[in-house]
Amino acid sequence: MAKLTKEEVKHVANLARLAITEEEAEKFAEQLGKITDFAEQLNELDTTNVEPTTHVLPLVNVMREDVATKGLDREVMMLNVKEQEDGQVKVPAIM
Amino acid sequence: MTLFERSAKELQADIKAGKLTIADLTKEAYERVAKLDGDVQAFLALNEEKATAQAVEMDKVPFEERGPLFGLPIGVKDNIVTEGLETTCASKILEGFMPIYDATVVKKLREAGMVTIGKLNMDEFAMGSSNENSYYKTTKNPWNLNHVPGGSSGASAAAVAAGEVPFSLGSDTGGSIRQPAAYCGVVGMKPTYGRVSRFGLVAFASSLDQIGPITRNVEDNALLLEAIAGLDPNDSTSANVEVPNYAAALTGDVKGLRIAVPKEFLGEGVGEAARQSVLEALEVLKGLGATVEEVSLPHSKYALAAYYILSSSEASSNLSRFDGIRYGFRAENVNNLMDLYKETRAQGFGDEVKRRIMLGTYSLSAGTYDAYYKKAQQARTLIKADYDKVFEDFDVIIGPTSPTPAFKIGENVNDPMTMYANDILTIPMNLAGVPAISIPCGFENELPLGLQIIGKYFDEATIYRVAHAFEQATEFHKQVPQIWEGK
Repeated sequence: MAKLTKEEVKHVANLARLAITEEEAEKFAEQLGKITDFAEQLNELDTTNVEPTTHVLPLVNVMREDVATKGLDREVMMLNVKEQEDGQVKVPAIM
Repeated sequence: MTLFERSAKELQADIKAGKLTIADLTKEAYERVAKLDGDVQAFLALNEEKATAQAVEMDKVPFEERGPLFGLPIGVKDNIVTEGLETTCASKILEGFMPIYDATVVKKLREAGMVTIGKLNMDEFAMGSSNENSYYKTTKNPWNLNHVPGGSSGASAAAVAAGEVPFSLGSDTGGSIRQPAAYCGVVGMKPTYGRVSRFGLVAFASSLDQIGPITRNVEDNALLLEAIAGLDPNDSTSANVEVPNYAAALTGDVKGLRIAVPKEFLGEGVGEAARQSVLEALEVLKGLGATVEEVSLPHSKYALAAYYILSSSEASSNLSRFDGIRYGFRAENVNNLMDLYKETRAQGFGDEVKRRIMLGTYSLSAGTYDAYYKKAQQARTLIKADYDKVFEDFDVIIGPTSPTPAFKIGENVNDPMTMYANDILTIPMNLAGVPAISIPCGFENELPLGLQIIGKYFDEATIYRVAHAFEQATEFHKQVPQIWEGK
């Protein structure tokens, strides 16, 4: 399981929306393989009946009063948008 | 010498006595930056015009309306958003990004009357242990410019060590405040998870990230943590736990304090000088009336693997928001939307960030989820239980912050695994969520070493009490790098 193939790296890069060249795929396959190899040591642990920890503190949801508050102005929200038209974000063709 | 050799208390006394103004302190910070930052390379953006104007106004505020940090200069790590001051996370993908609101901690700094001098370099998105992963510059260690300052808050530690600013904020996901504090010979605290609001901290690994203070002495550090801590309605993981007066905890009294020393922290892989400096520190604390006992944290060796899987998984999700659409860098000459995403991210992220996004995506994929992500979460449960058990019988746990002092620039860049091993002594505390500090405790080849003091959940006060008692009994914190005097 530990060794990652170049094809697997390309598949993962696609899932993560990262363009990748053949040379990069090869380099990352080797580096990620070393890391996953190292992670194999977790298999030494007996985790039968061990609950996974997602969060260290016993926090519970706190609901605020359902009162409308003013958000940020559209003009402010658009300040960092590179391409826009009529107050809307512009993107290239989807297809 | 610089004004910043003085503590907050001393600076306030000088201001009150009419020997100094807030404008003088702000000017001093920018003069130090002009003089030293060509070598240290800590700052990514400066706030000079606004800060200078702010200082003049602040000098008019009556003394009785001023708190202990009023008018004092601070640098802020570049993954903490500052309204109207460029924030990049040291990444190309956020080049030119101008935040439209302040992080809660920045708001709190303003309320405390602190003057933001500028933004500090880091490893891109806080992923790294040396600041070599910054897209913009490589920050140097003020003690030896050929060595790294540590990371990811390397420049936050370096700027304080060089006396460019007396205070800074960093963030710590796996040691990113403590390891650079150790490498640069300053005081760095990672508070309990949930102690400080993460609202406005660009997320790396949300279940591990925590903002904390870096300073030259323990008292200043306690003052700064008190100023930034507390419940925040904008961060659902910030804890509703009262924030004590930390400075009041600095009594110097550690009589009867029970110190645990894990054998795993002084064993294989830890350098002889680091080990010796910790043993000597323990003797100092024993001399002050504390008791010391060896304990075991048996799952420590699994922390590194669990951390890289969990933090990378969380990062792969958190960093999906950087897509070139709403802010930051956007790739050009693309054919369609999918190409825009892929090219923006491929050109905008550095290799370390890509590695972790891919490792995280892989760990969360169908077919590997149980073997990697879930297994790492279960390991986290066991690691946390180790700490819970030791803290039933002890007040603090003590060990080294890092196995060695700062390494040379370029020494580890080609081998991710060796680089990761630097954090072996700091990662478990993030997984457990407990607070921990690094304070200066020695030198090896004229490079500083750090002592790590770990406390119970929300008991930063005891950590500060122990750190302060040690500091007052030793001289390490009084030493400054040669660069301090200028060349």
